[in-house]
Amino acid sequence: MSREQQAVARARKAFETGRSKSVEYRINQLKNLQRLFSERQKEIAAAIKKDLNKTEVGAQFYETLGLEGEISLFIKNLKEWAAPRHVKKNLLTMSDTVYIHPEPLGVVLVIGAWNYPWAVTIRPLIGAIAAGNAAVVKPSEVCVHTSKVMEDLLPIYIDKELYPVVTGGVPETQELLRQKFDHIFYTGNSTVGKVIMEAAAKHLTPVTLELGGKSPCYIDKNCDISIACRRITWGKYSNCGQTCIAPDYILCEPSIQNRVIEEVKKCIKEFYTDNPKTCPDYGRIINQRHFKRVMAMLEDSNIAVGGENDESDCYIAPTVLRDVKPEAKVMQEEIFGPLLPILPVSSLDEAIKLINKGEKPLALYVFSPDNKVIERMRDETSSGGFLANDCLVHYSVSALPFGGVGNSGIGCYHGKFSFDRLSHLRGCLVKKLKMEGVNDMRYPPHTLKKLGWARFFILNTVDVGWVGRMALLAALVMVAAVVIQKYLL
Amino acid sequence: MERQAVQRAREAFLSGRTRPLEFRLQQLHALQRMIAEKETEIATALKQDINRSQYDTPLLELIGIENEIKLAIEKLGEWAAPRPAEKNLLTISDEVYIQPEPLGVVLIIGAWNYPWGLTLMPLVGAIAAGNAAVVKPSELSECSSLLLRDLYPVVTGSVSETQELLRLRFDHIVFTGSSTVAKLVMEAAARHLTPVTLELGGKSPCYIDKSCNIRVACRRITWGKFINCGQTCIAPDYILCEPCIQDYLSAPFQEFYGADPKCSPDYGRIVNQRHFNRIMGLMEGYTPVVGGQSDSSQRYIAPTVLKDVPPHSRLMQEEIFGPVLPIVTVSDMDNAITFINEREKPLALYIFCSDKKAIKKMIAETTSGGVTVNDVMMHYTLNSLPFGGVGQSGMGRYHGKHTFEQLSHHRACMVRSLGMESVNLARYPPQNRQQKLHLADTKSQQSQGALYCKVDPTIISLQCESEVL
Repeated sequence: MSREQQAVARARKAFETGRSKSVEYRINQLKNLQRLFSERQKEIAAAIKKDLNKTEVGAQFYETLGLEGEISLFIKNLKEWAAPRHVKKNLLTMSDTVYIHPEPLGVVLVIGAWNYPWAVTIRPLIGAIAAGNAAVVKPSEVCVHTSKVMEDLLPIYIDKELYPVVTGGVPETQELLRQKFDHIFYTGNSTVGKVIMEAAAKHLTPVTLELGGKSPCYIDKNCDISIACRRITWGKYSNCGQTCIAPDYILCEPSIQNRVIEEVKKCIKEFYTDNPKTCPDYGRIINQRHFKRVMAMLEDSNIAVGGENDESDCYIAPTVLRDVKPEAKVMQEEIFGPLLPILPVSSLDEAIKLINKGEKPLALYVFSPDNKVIERMRDETSSGGFLANDCLVHYSVSALPFGGVGNSGIGCYHGKFSFDRLSHLRGCLVKKLKMEGVNDMRYPPHTLKKLGWARFFILNTVDVGWVGRMALLAALVMVAAVVIQKYLL
Repeated sequence: MERQAVQRAREAFLSGRTRPLEFRLQQLHALQRMIAEKETEIATALKQDINRSQYDTPLLELIGIENEIKLAIEKLGEWAAPRPAEKNLLTISDEVYIQPEPLGVVLIIGAWNYPWGLTLMPLVGAIAAGNAAVVKPSELSECSSLLLRDLYPVVTGSVSETQELLRLRFDHIVFTGSSTVAKLVMEAAARHLTPVTLELGGKSPCYIDKSCNIRVACRRITWGKFINCGQTCIAPDYILCEPCIQDYLSAPFQEFYGADPKCSPDYGRIVNQRHFNRIMGLMEGYTPVVGGQSDSSQRYIAPTVLKDVPPHSRLMQEEIFGPVLPIVTVSDMDNAITFINEREKPLALYIFCSDKKAIKKMIAETTSGGVTVNDVMMHYTLNSLPFGGVGQSGMGRYHGKHTFEQLSHHRACMVRSLGMESVNLARYPPQNRQQKLHLADTKSQQSQGALYCKVDPTIISLQCESEVL
């Protein structure tokens, strides 16, 4: 048996013991995970610095604090989320018990990514644990140091049989994908997403795919351009542009292009100094391959700001490209780097047309003071998420589902959405063996009369609340009558 | 031909006309009228396809569709409206909501056993959610499929036409049928990253506890098993019970179908020769307690019950989908639970038992698409319950609002203002500025020990920790 097979088999065996079923057990595991983050910040930050050149504060800010918040949310709400959920009844089921019973799926495979390795690997894991599943965690091999830290630390804090970490590259992932899982949660790109779904199809395994795409960012000429650009600059160049929901490119009217460039330039200087290369808050491209990929995109566009680079350091300066055409290289795939193309468009109409020509993106940004513009953009396009007048922050609202649509993904998660996504919501109807007479209308031999009754019962719902209240009132009246009769008369 | 149909549907969707609620309601009303006006033709087609009785069609299919349409019409405004989401401190002045949106073009592949219900119920949800839909009814229910084509734009045909359809790009595929074909559907969907809803099947176990009212239990099970001649995805496939009660199990056929079910207008037929032969093959080597008669020319198989069926027999390897009811004995409820858990997750689980605790235990220790206790199939009729499978019995769910949810994209929306930029200061680099901010904050508050005030942690953290001090 291969190493991967063994890990999956052990996880399934551990799941079948039933120990992850109890809510107390799950909360305990989540609390242990919480301790990992409060006790091991230094190791986590050191590894992230080596992988992505992020500062310690940056690592906390963008990765682990979000997870700690998520864990707290889960610990607080898990009992409620895992409890049976009662639903509306109809006339036929009035005296029955009807509810949705959330259940674990079994063994979940979580395949992480390298850009926010803790956030996108552990967040699904939190949902998997909370829903009572076992989970095989496969961190991205691209963030070498972080994946090692995960491999070392997770087994110390959480159940190492139920939640094994399996490291490795393509062959190990392929071996994992040959095994049977009850859900596969993948974060990465669409090309690999298709391979994952194809592999999942062989076992009829449901999938959640958190992919990417080119997230457009429209700037209305009437908005406060200085503030808009500040927010966009922050959203774009965080993590050196390697964020799945980074504003990929800008759409704006030609009349404001120069202003936008000026403002972005100002903000770059403010955030990252005159020499971002020496600024501790400015990241690096993850590896040579991606460095070359991003640099190749500069070939046929005009650089307005930045462009400096250093291959030996995987450094690319925060860069803005002007007068970019839709056919340009930089517009053919998700940039995932610190290049910000500006595509001049004559109007909101043209912007919407352009956006709809492409695949549905993971996020869509619009900067405008005018609600009508915002609503038009929202109503005439589609995207995973939609954010007006800022970038990225919709990610952090746990009451919002986070996920893509079309090429940008399948399924959503965060908060309760993670719990529901990684559970089986089983419909349960509990009847009694009494009142068999009511069932007569469904038994053959069939008659028109019986059919009439069936029609009546199925097509009419009852507000049990109201009926319940009336029934209670009637019961009280009866009790009162009995009491009066017995004791007072 | 398939390409054209899909192209037309996509153009219709892109024109935007499926979005306004008025259009969707109009389409739903039209569907409602179609079913009401064509009830007789639908019943005739089904009689020709599987000898469905004229009352079974409305009872089993049309009333269900009517119910779905009625609910969708009534609730559409509510379902399609933006849903405000809970805000946190940082987003308190923002608009935060989830906007349900259409996905685009939905492909609905129907099945032959309930050709109208299984094709039109997903269609109701697809229309309600604002999508365009391409409907591909099963070619095995030929008459129904041809009738539907006259009434609504559908793509008819069999394997090659379906394969052609699956090469094209859709925004969601709803498939009802077998696990084998489902894997091919999902594989094809993977090429376009198309999400799927797969309503499959499996062997739905039916456990009868010795504590229950066995007579009533058997009556309900008999109804559920032999309806549509056993060709129901949620039919109780086999019975599990203790040996001591096996002999008390009875199947009141005479009451339902008369002395000779062959002559009863309410007893169906097997859909085609291939399935007839398949089911007859499963029964080979067994002596039925009841039934067993057959007539190949009519594809008739009498309601049949088999006792003491070994767990590893052929009969217990595949979904029966026919009027044959095997009884497998187990030593007790725990044994029944083990038996069920050794097998693939079924679409439905039935438990007949009077002991509340035992019922709870069985539900807790097994899994299945859905459960009905002390009856069969009825969880299907309640549209507030999500209907779908798990594991090999399927993925995704529908019925009522769940169809609308399944065939919509739930877009997370947030609208901020360009004011209050100072709130954002802490998130911008240089990040030692953040530490300065923290220090300023902690000094102005008197914290002892670790006081953690986390506000939207990924963006801003106001930490008052002793380390920082």
